[in-house]
Amino acid sequence: MEREPPDAPVIDLTETDALGRHGRELVPVPRPPNPDVADLEGKLSDVDGWGRSEHMRQLIRTVYDPIYTHWFRAEWEGLERVPTAGGALLVANHAGAIPSDAPVIMHGIEKELGRPVYGLADFFFRSLPVAGTLWSRGGGVTAHPDNAHRLLHDEGQLALVFPEGVKGPSKLYKDRYQLRRFGRGGFVETAMRAGVPIVPIAVVGAEESMPVLARSGTLARALGMPFVPFTANMAVLGPLGLFAYFPAKFKLRVLEPVNFDLPERRERYPRSRIMEESEAIRTRIQDALYDMLSRRRSVWFG
Amino acid sequence: MAAPGGSGVSPERGTTPAGMRVLVTGIGTFWGGRAAQIIEQDPSVEIVVGLDTRAPTVPLERTEVVRADSSYSILSRLVRATEVDTILHTHLLVDSTTIGSRALHETNVIGTMNLLAAAGAPGSSVRKVVLKSSTLIYGSSPKDPYFFGEEAGRSGPARTRVERSLLEVEGYLSDFADDHPDVVVSRLRFSNVLGPDLDTPLSKALRLPVVPEIFGFDPRLQFTHQDDVLGALCFAARHDAPGIFNVAGDGTVTWSDVCRIVGRRRVPISPVGTGVAAGALRRLGIVDLPLEVLSLLRYGRGVDNRRFQEAGYRYRYTSAGTVEDFARSLRLRSTVGERQPSYRYDPGVEDFFRRSPAVVSRPSRPRPPTAG
Repeated sequence: MEREPPDAPVIDLTETDALGRHGRELVPVPRPPNPDVADLEGKLSDVDGWGRSEHMRQLIRTVYDPIYTHWFRAEWEGLERVPTAGGALLVANHAGAIPSDAPVIMHGIEKELGRPVYGLADFFFRSLPVAGTLWSRGGGVTAHPDNAHRLLHDEGQLALVFPEGVKGPSKLYKDRYQLRRFGRGGFVETAMRAGVPIVPIAVVGAEESMPVLARSGTLARALGMPFVPFTANMAVLGPLGLFAYFPAKFKLRVLEPVNFDLPERRERYPRSRIMEESEAIRTRIQDALYDMLSRRRSVWFG
Repeated sequence: MAAPGGSGVSPERGTTPAGMRVLVTGIGTFWGGRAAQIIEQDPSVEIVVGLDTRAPTVPLERTEVVRADSSYSILSRLVRATEVDTILHTHLLVDSTTIGSRALHETNVIGTMNLLAAAGAPGSSVRKVVLKSSTLIYGSSPKDPYFFGEEAGRSGPARTRVERSLLEVEGYLSDFADDHPDVVVSRLRFSNVLGPDLDTPLSKALRLPVVPEIFGFDPRLQFTHQDDVLGALCFAARHDAPGIFNVAGDGTVTWSDVCRIVGRRRVPISPVGTGVAAGALRRLGIVDLPLEVLSLLRYGRGVDNRRFQEAGYRYRYTSAGTVEDFARSLRLRSTVGERQPSYRYDPGVEDFFRRSPAVVSRPSRPRPPTAG
């Protein structure tokens, strides 16, 4: 039965809600009492919903650029294959005890394309005081499927992921440039669901910038860390080697993006298709690495 | 069997097809009282019944206040006698600093269980249940997604009593929704609420001269303004919005930004042994930061608030705007001091104003009170 309009206006009642229905507001709160944005100016930092701060990125870029340009002397090939608009999942091989590849890729793309890159990583970083906050301000996001979906599908951002996970940087120097298993292909499913392309990137140089000579599982368990490596840097430089990289020459090759013509936002995608695509991407990165290594004359000069 | 008078409503649902008949639980709390105040202004609402063990703290014009405990027998009698069709269940405690763990369990879990049992009894007139829940149900851990969707589960098991009781209560609600598909069940999960008239562990912390933070962590938080809480509850009471909804102001604010807006300096607590440090602060009577708030100050929490907007709700405040409004109330308070509540509930006085023949001008009602 139709509700009668009130005789005496108690509240301002006519209001159209989001669905275009004429609803009556119950709350007698004048609108809009939302404080002016001007009041908040200068008080709010530019940290976005992901914890990334463009100011912090700028600072990091300023500090990091000499390392990128003069220490690693990063060289890109096929950077035009990275989309300049819309979401894309960047997928690369992962190496070096404290992986040097993630900052190089993020810096390179932000510098060349002017697009922010969100680096998806283990939740371990988020649990660290100070370092975790810096990591987050610098564009680090935990690799949760919901995070990846929101970044790629809802916001159309670039996200970088290393499907090898911790198995990549923890592998020993003798296994260098041998790609580990690409997880269970979760990154492919994420890209399918978000309806974005996967852009594979092959990175040469990270392995030699901090080679892992040995690792201790016992120590890792005791410290609650994903892995505890003993690196060549520590052997040569002592405590400084915990952070200092060798000046290996970085070469990065962006491979042809992979598009999946599948409906977005499905609950589930065929397992076989996921594994097939995941394996195909892994093989392409592996082949590109072999090709780049066969052309490389020197670890230090490329 | 057709109802007399040709009305399409079955007789067991009562003979009052026109207005909403609302039961508000927790009428003695800020939320219940304020929600009832707003609802009773709506002329299309026929009756408002408020339920609590305590007296209301705000003046109510026509809400009938029933003081009762949460036992089943009185609830089922109340639901049957008043034939309410909408239950606004606001009496869910989420601030563990103000109540002992046993009382919390009694109020949240047992209270809800009895309420739903009464609402789901055969022949019940209840057609809608709105629950005021909290995003505390998601917990706060480094493994969390940055924006919880309504279907997302917790990353780990619930560790605190508040979180466990919320899980149990929502479990009852979803069972109830399954068992009674004809009843609209809305579960609203509110993120950290701030407002001028409200005390929460976070707002108490923000009132201190220096605000505690956990060293090395600057979490992302979301806030809901107290007006948006009331707006959302009343929205759900009016519109049919079955399901679970996150309610949080747009955007996220870091804890350091919150302190900057409020104009407070921060003082770090140790990231190791935080619980011990917080225990010391509690014993010194400085501030009580329970476990669920400590993990919030460490990892923060974000929820996806889009579903409720898609259902038609428009937020009045963003997260940052909520904090700014709270900061304004703090500045006002620092000048004019604490405003004391001026109202005291007295059943005799209320009864006089509502029912005495001496009273000429009664509170606005949709129609003259029906006899019997």
